[in-house]
Amino acid sequence: MTTGLTRPDGPAKLTGTAHYAADADTSDALAAALVTTTVPNGRLTALHTADAEAAPGVVRVLTRADLPPLGELSTPPLGFPVPPLLEDTVHHEGEPIAVVLAETWEQARHAATLVRAEYADVTPAVPFGQAEDVVPHGGLVFGETDESKGDVTAGLAAADVSVTATYTTADRHHSPIEPHATLARWDGDQLVLHSSVQSVLFAQAALAALFGVPPENVRVFCPFVGGGFGCKGFVWPHIPLAAAAARVTGRPVKLVLTRAQMFTLAGHQPATRQTVSLGATSDGRLTALRHTSSNASAQLGDYCENTPHGSTWMYASPAIETSTRIQRLHRPGPTPMRSPHEGPGMFALESAMDELAHELGMDPVELRLRNEPEVDPLTGEPFSSRKLVECLREGARRFGWSERNPEIGSMRDGHELIGWGMAAATMDSPRSPSSARLRIDHTGHVVVETGMQEIGTGLPAMVQAVAAETLGCPPEDVAVRHGDSDFPPHTGTFGSMSTMGLGSAVRAAAESALEKLGAEPGDPLAGALAEAGLTELESEGRWSPEGGGMTRGRTGGYSIHTYGSIFVEVRVDPDLGLLRMSRAVGVYAGGRILNPLAARSQMIGGITWGYGQAVLEQSVFEPNLGRFLSKNLAGYIVPVNADIGEIDVSFVDDDDRVASAIGAKGIGELGAVGVSAAIANAVFHATGRRVRDLPIRIHHLLP
Amino acid sequence: MRTFSYHRVSDVDVALAALRQPETQAIAGGTELVNWLKEGIEAPARLVDITGLPLAGVESTPDGLRIGALARMSDVAAHPVVRDRYPVLAQSLLRAASAQLRNMATIGGNLLQRTRCPYFRADTALPCNKRVPGSGCAARHGDTSAQAIFGWSEHCVATHPSDLAVALAALDATIVVRGEAGERRIPATEFHRLPGDEPERHTELRAGELITAVEVPAESGAEHSHYLKVRERVSYEFAVVSAAAVVQLSGTTITGARLALGGVAHRPWRLGGAEQAVVGLSVSDRPALLAAVAADFGDARPLPGNEYKITLAQRAAVRALQAA
Amino acid sequence: MSNHVAVTVRVNGVDREIEVDPRATLTETLRDRLGLTGTKKGCDRGECGACTVLVNGRRVLSCMTLAVTAHGAEVTTVEGLSSGGELHPVQRAFLENDAFQCGFCTPGQVMSAVACIAEGHATSDDEIREWMSGNICRCAAYPQIVASVAKAAAELGGAAR
Ligand SMILES: Cc1cc2nc3c(=O)[nH]c(=O)nc-3n(C[C@H](O)[C@H](O)[C@H](O)COP(=O)(O)OP(=O)(O)OC[C@H]3O[C@@H](n4cnc5c(N)ncnc54)[C@H](O)[C@@H]3O)c2cc1C
Ligand code: SF4
Ligand code: FES
Ligand code: FES
Repeated sequence: MTTGLTRPDGPAKLTGTAHYAADADTSDALAAALVTTTVPNGRLTALHTADAEAAPGVVRVLTRADLPPLGELSTPPLGFPVPPLLEDTVHHEGEPIAVVLAETWEQARHAATLVRAEYADVTPAVPFGQAEDVVPHGGLVFGETDESKGDVTAGLAAADVSVTATYTTADRHHSPIEPHATLARWDGDQLVLHSSVQSVLFAQAALAALFGVPPENVRVFCPFVGGGFGCKGFVWPHIPLAAAAARVTGRPVKLVLTRAQMFTLAGHQPATRQTVSLGATSDGRLTALRHTSSNASAQLGDYCENTPHGSTWMYASPAIETSTRIQRLHRPGPTPMRSPHEGPGMFALESAMDELAHELGMDPVELRLRNEPEVDPLTGEPFSSRKLVECLREGARRFGWSERNPEIGSMRDGHELIGWGMAAATMDSPRSPSSARLRIDHTGHVVVETGMQEIGTGLPAMVQAVAAETLGCPPEDVAVRHGDSDFPPHTGTFGSMSTMGLGSAVRAAAESALEKLGAEPGDPLAGALAEAGLTELESEGRWSPEGGGMTRGRTGGYSIHTYGSIFVEVRVDPDLGLLRMSRAVGVYAGGRILNPLAARSQMIGGITWGYGQAVLEQSVFEPNLGRFLSKNLAGYIVPVNADIGEIDVSFVDDDDRVASAIGAKGIGELGAVGVSAAIANAVFHATGRRVRDLPIRIHHLLP
Repeated sequence: MRTFSYHRVSDVDVALAALRQPETQAIAGGTELVNWLKEGIEAPARLVDITGLPLAGVESTPDGLRIGALARMSDVAAHPVVRDRYPVLAQSLLRAASAQLRNMATIGGNLLQRTRCPYFRADTALPCNKRVPGSGCAARHGDTSAQAIFGWSEHCVATHPSDLAVALAALDATIVVRGEAGERRIPATEFHRLPGDEPERHTELRAGELITAVEVPAESGAEHSHYLKVRERVSYEFAVVSAAAVVQLSGTTITGARLALGGVAHRPWRLGGAEQAVVGLSVSDRPALLAAVAADFGDARPLPGNEYKITLAQRAAVRALQAA
Repeated sequence: MSNHVAVTVRVNGVDREIEVDPRATLTETLRDRLGLTGTKKGCDRGECGACTVLVNGRRVLSCMTLAVTAHGAEVTTVEGLSSGGELHPVQRAFLENDAFQCGFCTPGQVMSAVACIAEGHATSDDEIREWMSGNICRCAAYPQIVASVAKAAAELGGAAR
């Protein structure tokens, strides 16, 4: 069994006492229910609220005229650019147009069904693939849209072997088990929010700007998030709506999105279409790599899934060319989802690498080893730390890859064909500032306070571990308080950035405490305080990457990323088109691992997400109606317990002091990368069918 | 959800009287009805809680098996006689829904569940003749990948999702119903209706009637039987396609068979022709079995994107026969 | 409210008498009326298992249960499992095996696991996987959940059946 720190927040979560946003005391609060558009475009011409207003328990129905004036704000921190209710123009189906406020949830929910809307100029929604590809602009474009070096056309022409193929990934929804929830309460011009968000800092800044009050007037609580995976990173419309409703009515307001609303008001991972061309010499050295992409986006915001990003640092190739485009469609706004960019992107690249290996008659692990770059192939800059080769070798060893018979369909067990496939994984390493306050009392007990919210990644245990390691005290002596915007700011629990930033900040706070005490790590803290004549000591620690703000992986002259390898065994019942993953081995290099127990859980979670992407998850966008068809967890299926077999997770030694002061990098998203390619590659090995469209469904596999 | 009044009953006649009132719905396990109330698919003024009726027993008699309509799916699946002598029935129950839902859901309610057509189940009313009669069928020219291949009409292309119903059809079971005019007995193969031009009539149950029991005849020969459920997720998912098979064998030669398919029509689809054609074949002769089954698909009319169901259903039927 | 219905339920060993809106589910009643927010609402449609509680000892979905229909029943929620600050063996196994992350599905998982063991459906890893599949964990702590249920079953004697 993997060892490590069990979660200090575990007992509260296990006994039902951990407080999530919807658990805030609501005895005096109004229940809010949103009314949303039922058409994808056109104009809202009338809104009839009289029936709803007359329904029992209804206090008020808010429409645009009732909203206080709202300030301008960019995207991000907003998830979608239009402040809610503010325009006649319909941007997508499921967009809020009114808020019903009633004494109970049952009353609000019923009255919301009584509001009638009229629309004009509604036209059929254009599906993804039938609109123009355009260059995206703005804050939801994370990185360059076009990158290149060398001459790809010449490289392909000079290749002994080349492959070109087009891959697609589906629209997917984050579907955390906790729906978005916000409780808003105004006290004069002070706003208190309990909200399920991945960043209390973003929520605070956004609400302050929208309502024209200073940030210190907005206090956001969010100790626990019941899963976010990206959909709670930015500020979505219901949060300002709850605050506006509370302001207008002078009562606290609780707004919990329904599961259906989670499909249109909290983002999704958009469908992508990608084309990869690879050229290689007969001994498997790349001569050219081209990766182009387009994703479904909304009318506004230009969210861009930068799928080719990883292709710019993954393999040594003299010529690399990438481009990413979007199509502006009448559909809800997409947002980053575990794992953004490299998640869909590496499905394409790593499938193409497998196709190339097959064409070359070369082992796919060997092909990757032959193309290991010494420096960032695009920029020529050094890698801060790159242990892909170690991951590939160790993964192959743990899996027993050397036993693989490369012949297609060579392994069978009863009705089932068995296939082994692999892929490499990588994630960019964005980093962001964080801070923490540390207090030591006269008994030697340590409290760390930070604005971070615990979303499941195990940050409280990580904070304990870093504080204890730096101070040289037992981890049990460290208590962690979090999820309050009054605590020292932490950028957000997303992008796999938290451990680096917060861990480094906690370490700085602990070092500063030792310095103030003139103590050495391991000195009894109570004694040190007594010696210094103190009953309590407080210190603060901050950390930020070079430049002070949020950075991407290529900064400060280094190329900073995480790496891994994933090997899977699939079983395909070709008669019935059924695909199951019986075994997976993942080996990762994601910086120093501070808590192996939680790190293993993260990677198991990621691999399961990859399985979902590969085999199950697809939100059907209904073109005639211009909406996501099934907005529920029976129509949008995610993995259940019985889907997941044996998963072996391990880490290679890695310690990246360029990335962060504690040598850590991010791992939360890395685990979900590459899995879908490994599965598709294993399906090819089992059946000879190359499936380039995710998810791989029964109909793909029926011969 | 509109508000309603709530009444408990413990006597079948009292229940029938209560159900004769307008805008009244019975509630058993509630796992379907509560969903409909929340989506606005149904908006009764009165709910009659029938879980107190004495209809929850499972009896094994020389004539066969009699399952009370209010027996819970989990209890029926765990009943020793069901488990040992009617594998197809136990399997159809255990492969449905989840442990929690099976603890709540009743046999009668299971048969009366409605289609999982995503248009019918949407968060707002979309054009759907089953939901709002006359409103059209958005699925017909929409996403038909999960819809029927048999027996659909221009007015509705949905399938029925009950696993249990498929097993009961293969067992030649009878649905026993009671109304004002007394008892009626409806063959399980005819209980669910093909849509025709009245898709809003989901089953043969009439307004004000109760299902009281399901009877499985002793001569069903269910010892050799199997329920095969094909789905993308390993558990907790409705069938893409399913097959129930009940077989009589002499050595390895099939001497009799009953075969029903799920996920292909708005009723369990019995393959009468195939049942005849497989007699005399060896149960291990897959090509011959497949040919016999495929020959009974003359009526199949696939919709765009669901052609795969033809291949899949034929193979599922053969696999179920061989596993029985 | 005119059509409110008086309901008596025994929740975690305590008799509670309340007037409920017949539309209210047991999830909402436990959370909003009885202050027992340990029970979570994930989907409100029977599709995730987060709201699992025991009614008369059986695991059910509280979001699909109208509170009126629970009249006279004995309800156990996650708050009623541990006593005197001691974790229940299932909770302890979950903690030791790191069988949760965000924790939102966890009360439902724990209640389901308690029932799974009591039903005798925890005799092998595969059996646990199947019988715990009615509880979706989007964080995907599934292997750890299986290990925890197996461990607790061994301790509680449920594995030997
Ligand atoms: C997430 C999910 C997954 C599911 N998966 C499956 C699956 O894989 N396979 C499957 O087969 N099912 C599945 N189901 C459906 C489930 O089995 C049904 O919801 C359940 O069987 C309905 O029974 P109930 O007692 O709860 O019915 P209720 O909800 O109480 O009633 C349903 C309807 O039947 C009527 N009714 C009930 N009993 C009687 C009676 N005796 N006489 C007359 N009318 C009656 C009610 O008035 C109501 O109209 C699933 C359900 C959910 C929510
Ligand atoms: S197929 Fe039937 S249930 Fe589905 S939309 Fe059409 S009428 Fe409604
Ligand atoms: S909340 Fe009840 S099953 Fe999801
Ligand atoms: S722990 Fe997050 S959903 Fe299970």
